[in-house]
Amino acid sequence: MNKYLAALLGVFVVYGCSPSNETTPAGEGSVLSGKVRLDGSSTVFPISEAVAEEFIAVAPRVRVTVGVSGTGGGFKKFVAGEIDINDASRTIKPSEQEKAAANGVGFIELPVAFDGLSIVINLENDWVDQLTVAELNAIWNPDSTVVTWADVREGWPEQEIRLYGPGTDSGTFDYFTKVINGKEQASRADFTASEDDNVLVQGIAGDRYSLGYFGFAYYIENQDKLQVVPVDGGNGPVVPTLETINDGRYKPLSRPIFIYVNPLSLDDPAVSTFVDFYLENAASLAEEVGYVALPADIYQAAERRIVQRETGTAYGEGATLSTLIGNDG
Amino acid sequence: MIAQSNLAWRHKKAMFFRCFCIGVTAFAVFILGLLIYQVSVLGLPWLDAQFLSSFPSRFPEKAGIKSALLGTLWLVSMTAAIAIPVGVLASVYLEEYARPTRLTEFININIANLAGVPSIVYGMLGLAIFVRFFQLERSLLSGALTMSLLILPVIIIAAKEAIRAVPGSLRQAAFAVGATRWQVIRAHVLPSALPGILTGVILAISRAIGETAPLIMIGALTYVAFVPEGPMDEFTALPIQIFNWTSRPQEEFHELASAGIVVLLLVLLMMNALAVYIRYRGTRAK
Repeated sequence: MNKYLAALLGVFVVYGCSPSNETTPAGEGSVLSGKVRLDGSSTVFPISEAVAEEFIAVAPRVRVTVGVSGTGGGFKKFVAGEIDINDASRTIKPSEQEKAAANGVGFIELPVAFDGLSIVINLENDWVDQLTVAELNAIWNPDSTVVTWADVREGWPEQEIRLYGPGTDSGTFDYFTKVINGKEQASRADFTASEDDNVLVQGIAGDRYSLGYFGFAYYIENQDKLQVVPVDGGNGPVVPTLETINDGRYKPLSRPIFIYVNPLSLDDPAVSTFVDFYLENAASLAEEVGYVALPADIYQAAERRIVQRETGTAYGEGATLSTLIGNDG
Repeated sequence: MIAQSNLAWRHKKAMFFRCFCIGVTAFAVFILGLLIYQVSVLGLPWLDAQFLSSFPSRFPEKAGIKSALLGTLWLVSMTAAIAIPVGVLASVYLEEYARPTRLTEFININIANLAGVPSIVYGMLGLAIFVRFFQLERSLLSGALTMSLLILPVIIIAAKEAIRAVPGSLRQAAFAVGATRWQVIRAHVLPSALPGILTGVILAISRAIGETAPLIMIGALTYVAFVPEGPMDEFTALPIQIFNWTSRPQEEFHELASAGIVVLLLVLLMMNALAVYIRYRGTRAK
């Protein structure tokens, strides 16, 4: 018996040790070692994962780890000083700032990309050409009286409108309710909510009278199953595309996403090199994983904040595109 | 006449119950088959050496489960190493040594209750005690200790049942020829109870392999591009990696998740086969 166990263990050990060091590229990164610990939002995760993957290709001895505890869960660890960087799909809340201050933990806030919340409908929906922010508010506000599509605009079918949206714990929900209904978390409650956006895609794709919203990446990957609705934020209807989100025309549903860096961690060359690398590559890597690059001057402003170790939040609670460009452009 | 129709009716009832049982079993097997069919169709094309030997990646064709698979193997081995001895010894104490006092009864009831506590609660406990208080951080050791707490009640209950099923006459015969309590337990009670204990252990370990919530709670990671080398290393595990892939927008990652599920099922099957083999050896030796 022990013979078999030993053989089995042997297989695991050999498998575990064999091809772990593939290539060791030359350059300053390759002598760097240490740990970089990230945690936080599942929305930001794909970007951080991509950056980590590219970073360890040039600095193979640095152990970069990325967790997914949600923006709030990540901030809990961040303010306790347990992680170096928090991925955040919203800005830090006052209560989280207080805890950070109480623990003597500072933070440097760096915007890394845009996400364009997309309003989507079924492929067979042939009546909706665009929606205004006022109409979206009429549909989604907590006291909404909209029951059928005809209640949204005259002439649309008298069929019950079935709504889909992200769960109330998500940053997407916070942002959407803030810009459409004027208050975070204020939303009608009779919609199908799921933390898993793929469930929303399935629901909307299978229901002709549906309407829903989620992140841009999920729309792009499912373009053949869904239609996106142009949104009129005051200057005519705009379709979310890489271009309209990047240059600020798609508003108010473009939202910035962030990383928060502990300034003490920047004393570790592994972390500071990683953060520099993140900002240098965020634009291209964000687009690869379905997000939208920020305008170049915002990345430059972010780099300045790192150099100057400028702590604190620049955007206040519930940052939107206009505050981002206004404050940092 | 009456008796005869009664008999026919009883046969009919028996037949009906038999068919009902077959139907229920068939339904369960059908659902399982459907699941296996679906993940195999989606996942098998992705399942190759490259998949097993690569770290996670944003490119589905480059992504693999090496860190997750090894993380799970480390985690399960350490959990088994902690939970099995503690669980079996605790049940030996409760069945063979402890007097049936109020306190013992209280402990027994509590263990039964603990088996029904949601796993996320163990995650919170693990986070507070192992990660924060003992400062073990987000290491394999924290994960294994938390998982051990989670599966201990299952092991203890199963082991107690198995030990209780060992006939009292066996113990008394051994005592009668002068064996000490330790000799009785080691030479008679434990070998007789082994198959039952192993069944409990298999169920418990299988649960530990599939469990995600407590790991996420204690802060096991999602992106890990290195292999853990010791109990204090950070880690990820198969269910976490699978969950992450299913929540991605790209279809290819959903297929990768299916491949991950196939691997998870294979690991489960291998562990169970090992336990069944040990049990078989145990019963044959008698």
